[in-house]
Amino acid sequence: MAKSGVHAGPPVSMVDRSIGQALGDYLLQTWGVAAAEVQKLHHDPFELLTRAVQPVLWLMLFGEVMARVRGVAPGNVPYLDFLAAGILAQSALFVAIFYGISAIWEHDLGVLQRYLVSPAPRSALVLGKALSAGVRALSQALIVYVLALILGVGIDLNPFNVLGVAAAIVFGSALFSTLSLIIACIVKTRERFMGIGQVLTMPIFFASNAIYPLSLMPAWLRAVSHANPLTYEVDALRALMLTNGTSEYGLVLDFGVLLSVTVVLTAIAAKMYGRMGY
Amino acid sequence: MPDIEANAPVAGAALSASALTRKFGDLTAVDQVTLTINQGEIFGLIGPNGAGKSTLIKMLTTLLPPTSGSATVAGYDIVTQPSDVRRHIGYVPQLLSADGSLTGYENMLLSARLYGIPRREQAERIRGALARMGLSEVAHHLAGKYSGGMIRRLEIAQSFLHRPTVLFLDEPTVGLDPGARETVWEHVLDLRDKFNRTMIVTSHHMDEIDEFCDRIALIDRGRIAAVGTPSELKTRVGPDATLDDVFLRLVADTSETETEGNYGEVRRARRAAREHG
Repeated sequence: MAKSGVHAGPPVSMVDRSIGQALGDYLLQTWGVAAAEVQKLHHDPFELLTRAVQPVLWLMLFGEVMARVRGVAPGNVPYLDFLAAGILAQSALFVAIFYGISAIWEHDLGVLQRYLVSPAPRSALVLGKALSAGVRALSQALIVYVLALILGVGIDLNPFNVLGVAAAIVFGSALFSTLSLIIACIVKTRERFMGIGQVLTMPIFFASNAIYPLSLMPAWLRAVSHANPLTYEVDALRALMLTNGTSEYGLVLDFGVLLSVTVVLTAIAAKMYGRMGY
Repeated sequence: MPDIEANAPVAGAALSASALTRKFGDLTAVDQVTLTINQGEIFGLIGPNGAGKSTLIKMLTTLLPPTSGSATVAGYDIVTQPSDVRRHIGYVPQLLSADGSLTGYENMLLSARLYGIPRREQAERIRGALARMGLSEVAHHLAGKYSGGMIRRLEIAQSFLHRPTVLFLDEPTVGLDPGARETVWEHVLDLRDKFNRTMIVTSHHMDEIDEFCDRIALIDRGRIAAVGTPSELKTRVGPDATLDDVFLRLVADTSETETEGNYGEVRRARRAAREHG
């Protein structure tokens, strides 16, 4: 493809770029954004350690007490096992839902403008950020796994199951971090974002099957929980993570929901992210 | 991507704007700006705070769509071919755009990936660019530990890695001490001379603009109040006039425009100054 003649005669558009090359660039751009976030974590892993405190508290305090209550978890699954998958999803959710604040921070600094004047498609930028939220969440998963093993939770360490759990976490994190990015694009200031983030996490977490099954819920709350993507993430995690776990909705539906909602949110976020440069 | 260096831009207009206009509600931030900038020029944009310089640059760099009018940058239309424009321009924002929690090298690597520079060329080009900016020794230090002048040089290196035809520098020396300002300008001139690229610079330092710019445009209340070489503009005002005199004479009413920069802008400018300083 020729770059010469840019100034002589009508400009040659990039139609001669092959689809393969365009796709290669797209993946490279997405990877570039995600890799930069991973490098930041590498330079300053303190954040990951402080975030690990919350799942530890849930499992050791809440989990140990609730495990004494009979009949919360369905079937023959011990409550702590049931909870472990929910807490794994929760810790990933908490990382993801506050992710948009970094976009506001980057906007205020000027880093965002560097992204937006680059030829990278907006959706590649959004996906790169989403992917990096997934990587952060994976580090949380490692901590939850170690802790769960210590507490005697029946964890399935079959490599395929572990990979499946990793996939569910990455997709779930991508979904909620993109939702977070959309909120960031709307509220635009860190102060407002913090308020909304707090307001959102509670219903997303409690109106789901994370810490109790939907069967215990009143009908209206069950309906809300059925529309909550976190429910499907937890369902997939329970099936893949636990030795005696089963999926209530089927893994195809679980992953189908996570993927399709992520695609829709990414399309919306890509539109709004570009406008943050105004 | 092809080897861009092999295709140095040929003579012609690097940028051409025609009746470019941007409105925010009732406010017309940029009003019918028509402007041609030649290939290889260092072109200065000056004007009071809130005159519309930033809005104009945001439109030319495709960050903001115009309300009406048109412009081509590096031969591409900013409205209909934004991604082609982005491939051929570099932009050093006034705000801090290098990421302080990444090293200089990692910042460059991010740019290389965003601009689709082939993997096998990345390391060599990054090293070359850092060396040219005098940053080789600190390449693997966090950019957050750099001095203001070093960060600016890193940002210029990042914005120039893909050899843009047109490089936009928004207040590149804001908040820098005289020594660091001098070094930044030396590097900008060096890039222009070596690669024959076009530089579009905004600054509030009239001495810099006078010394380094081939031509300048004075923007006031969204309109172009005057265009010409620094000496042409000075002659227009009178013998022994400085660019400061030009600025004060041609800007409609400084006492009023002075209050135009709003609180948010002042806060940002000061923060940028602090972080670069």
